[in-house]
Amino acid sequence: MRQNSKAFNRHGIITLKNVGKINPESIEDFIAHDGYIAFEKALFDMNEDEVIDEVKDSGLRGRGGAGFPTGLKWSFTAPLKVKDKFIICNADEGEPGTCKDRLIMEGDPHKLIEGILIAGYAVRANKGYIYIRGEYYLSIERLGKAIKDAYKHGYLGQKILETNFSFDLEIKVGGGAYVCGEETSLIESLEGKRGLPRFKPPFPGIAGLWQKPSVVNNVETLCNIPDIISKGGEWFRSFGTKKSTGTKIFMILGNVKNPGIIELPQGVTLRELIYEHGGGMEDDKELKCTLVGGAAGCFVGPDLLDIPMTIESLSEHGAALGSGSILVLKEGTNLIALMKNLMHFFKHESCGQCTPCRYGTEKLYRLICKISDDIARNKPDVNDLNEMLETAKMMQKTSLCALGQSPLMPLESAMKYCVIDEFKKRVIK
Amino acid sequence: MHITINGKVYDAKPEQMVIEVARENGIYIPSLCYHPKIGKAGKCRVCVVEVEGIGGLQTSCTTQVSEGMKVVTNSENILEAQRMVVNLMLANGRHDCIKCEQNGDCELQDAAYYLGIENPPYQFGIIEPQIDDSAEMIQVDRSKCIECGRCVAACNNTVVNEVLEFGNRGFDTKIIFDNDLLMGESSCVQCGECVQICPVGALIDKRAIGKGRTWELDKVETVCPYCGVGCKLELHIDRKTDEIVRITGVEDSPTNEGMLCVKGRYGFDFVKSDERLTTPLIKENGKLREASWDEAITLVASKFNGIKKKFGSDAIAGLASAKVTNEENFVFQKLIRREVGTNNIDHCARL
Amino acid sequence: MYKNICKNFEPKRDNLLLILHEIQDSHPQQYITKNAMKYVAEYLKISIAQVKGVISFYTMFSTTPRGKYLIRVCNSTACFIKGSDNVLEILNNILDLEKESITEDNLFSLETCSCLGVCGNAPVMMINKEVYGNLNEKKIKKIISDLKRGNK
Ligand SMILES: Cc1cc2nc3c(=O)[nH]c(=O)nc-3n(C[C@H](O)[C@H](O)[C@H](O)COP(=O)(O)O)c2cc1C
Ligand code: SF4
Ligand code: SF4
Ligand code: SF4
Ligand code: SF4
Ligand code: FES
Repeated sequence: MRQNSKAFNRHGIITLKNVGKINPESIEDFIAHDGYIAFEKALFDMNEDEVIDEVKDSGLRGRGGAGFPTGLKWSFTAPLKVKDKFIICNADEGEPGTCKDRLIMEGDPHKLIEGILIAGYAVRANKGYIYIRGEYYLSIERLGKAIKDAYKHGYLGQKILETNFSFDLEIKVGGGAYVCGEETSLIESLEGKRGLPRFKPPFPGIAGLWQKPSVVNNVETLCNIPDIISKGGEWFRSFGTKKSTGTKIFMILGNVKNPGIIELPQGVTLRELIYEHGGGMEDDKELKCTLVGGAAGCFVGPDLLDIPMTIESLSEHGAALGSGSILVLKEGTNLIALMKNLMHFFKHESCGQCTPCRYGTEKLYRLICKISDDIARNKPDVNDLNEMLETAKMMQKTSLCALGQSPLMPLESAMKYCVIDEFKKRVIK
Repeated sequence: MHITINGKVYDAKPEQMVIEVARENGIYIPSLCYHPKIGKAGKCRVCVVEVEGIGGLQTSCTTQVSEGMKVVTNSENILEAQRMVVNLMLANGRHDCIKCEQNGDCELQDAAYYLGIENPPYQFGIIEPQIDDSAEMIQVDRSKCIECGRCVAACNNTVVNEVLEFGNRGFDTKIIFDNDLLMGESSCVQCGECVQICPVGALIDKRAIGKGRTWELDKVETVCPYCGVGCKLELHIDRKTDEIVRITGVEDSPTNEGMLCVKGRYGFDFVKSDERLTTPLIKENGKLREASWDEAITLVASKFNGIKKKFGSDAIAGLASAKVTNEENFVFQKLIRREVGTNNIDHCARL
Repeated sequence: MYKNICKNFEPKRDNLLLILHEIQDSHPQQYITKNAMKYVAEYLKISIAQVKGVISFYTMFSTTPRGKYLIRVCNSTACFIKGSDNVLEILNNILDLEKESITEDNLFSLETCSCLGVCGNAPVMMINKEVYGNLNEKKIKKIISDLKRGNK
């Protein structure tokens, strides 16, 4: 089934440029659209450090959620002199309301392979893994074929294009666990284990897969690489804002007229996203707020409609961009029910390894259920809400990985915007 | 190398974790998943401290020391976080210390005591005991398990029996034996390593149940009498009755590092058995009678001499026991080789 | 059968998830049997507890029989907002079952799952490897009755 993505043909700039345009099962078609040109340029005309410098110059930051500068990440791993080094592509895409990586993998799989190859060359790695979540059957199939074709055409394997660069690429498949999107948990899962995050340091760039240096990058991040190499970091910087360069894929979902996926230069505002690209509010209802960045994201209300949707400007307002998913909620949405859904998500996806998150997510879920029941009986207790907040704060301080640290953000922002209203309306004096 | 903890400077070795330096110097940081034998785990999140220059809280069991590091272990911020974590554990288990075998020797109890927690302010419903009584020597009570993972690490990495693992995830996480079987049906060899390393009363020595509180028991170190490895053990002896209640391995013994086998740990019935021989017995007319050592040894010596004279030395053979020490075995083979005069000497090499 | 599947993979632990997926997919009832688990443990030279630990960690794996058609309804935020609860209720009614269980004829089983990455078409569900989006009662009924018909 095709994605509902009316807008992307018109707007694909870098990462979605080919999606929907080329035949994803044909390497020839990809090559005919300037495919593998950037890789060849890197391989023949640039040395490893020049590639990293170009990526640094582009200002590219990770698109997996945390926004870590990609060139900098590579530069930690590149100088390490060890026999095995790995590039790991994070294609676990588990964040609710996020479907950008899937679109790329199904629509332009070779672009990802090209990005991985360039990354592999730059950090002097010899093997790559793409960790795809198990539910993405079509992505697995298409990428599987693409890798086979790339081997056939000499882009993968020993002595690639008759140079001294050798690189193998393999697909690994997840089993249904959101936490495996976290890079260290992903590595454990790659090793065939339970997806329990490791404590950091050491960071994967130093000791990752089988304790070997491993660069973990998101699909969208890696798909920016070919254009950065072929057109230059400066060209890339011509899109977006000073600190958030390039483009970003946004998923505009929920109560809008045209939900869909779109790649835009960074710096667009929420207003533009909803009313221009999303076609406006469904049934022309009022906007209540949005949930930006999925479950681990943050509620952003109408007061921030006109600020740029970039990491830095959102963080000035205590919010985060995350994966770029924007769930638009109309007036009248039952936020408590939505919070219940979110809290259930965290409880369901906690790996259970560390105390604050294992028990804390359960506690949060039970409390929101109680609140929900109490509201139905018209007797909500504000103390329960405070207890939730205190618990989430403690989790944020003490949890091992970012999953346990996440519930605070949606909770706090929901209280700021809306949940309190639902209380105010009902609290009996 | 030096680090500062709570304003005082201490010596530290570069590879040490903050918690180790603190422990060496008598500074208590509550901790539940860390154990020197299994190394860093970072799972329970109780051992958090503040480190100058690093924002937020750090787990002291995974934070390596560095020159000049400044650590605080007791700010209100830290204690509050620790209290909430410990409260969550208490809230999710049946921690009614009164009946618990671990009472007085429980690291969760220690942490709660240190943090001034009386009753957790919140309870995850009514929690019933979840007891697995299927195994011969060990009782499992999941309602006291805090999923710290020490037993799993110990079973897999220390004794390498690979019976234990975690199953499920999130709130449903639990320890499993093999394919989620009862302990008694699993491939567990009842070595008891997991019992010894469990910080709480979730895994306990069945035979010690109800036999006395830890503070009523005298601890006596000795060497296991079963085999030549010579594991160091600690007997826990009831002061009033002089009975052995349980046996644990001595953690800092270089021979066994706290590990024991099922016999060393649980096979202590013989000590006070009525059937145990306490004097030599001599059989006369088909009946055994008690004798003195002198009489018995003289008798055996004369019989041996008789056999030797009549049939030659090779008519006699010696079989030594693995239960005795190397030195005793050495003396025994001297006896057989030099005094009896034969090379017919062997060793059971096992029990 | 699972023996042949294992043979296709090097006996290395990092192949565990791939092997489990194939074994599960090859079973007409889409689950992993005890014997298969035992075999996999031996093949990869890991303990049975480690295999069980992995299977029980990942929600896609099951150790109990499922229907020929495994329906996974997404109940993550985007679908939730678009009425995934409703989808579940409709399916429960049509199939006459309780949440996360299996029909009497072993044809369908119903589970919820996290985001399937088709949020633009919320609410969505997946039946075996096929994704169905923009669900409403009429559409769901048709999908199910088509599948039923195909099985007569
Ligand atoms: C709970 C959790 C889930 C995550 N899920 C994903 C994911 O599905 N995809 C992804 O690319 N990054 C995910 N991340 C972020 C990764 O840990 C990591 O930061 C990212 O893959 C780095 O790639 P980048 O630098 O290219 O963004 C997740 C992080 C956490 C804490
Ligand atoms: S915070 Fe949650 S998901 Fe992360 S390690 Fe702890 S229990 Fe696992
Ligand atoms: S395990 Fe510890 S805290 Fe729990 S009941 Fe026993 S002694 Fe008390
Ligand atoms: S008694 Fe020994 S073998 Fe059995 S579970 Fe405990 S550590 Fe493992
Ligand atoms: S049984 Fe004991 S050692 Fe094992 S996880 Fe539970 S509390 Fe920890
Ligand atoms: S002792 Fe440090 S996290 Fe458990």
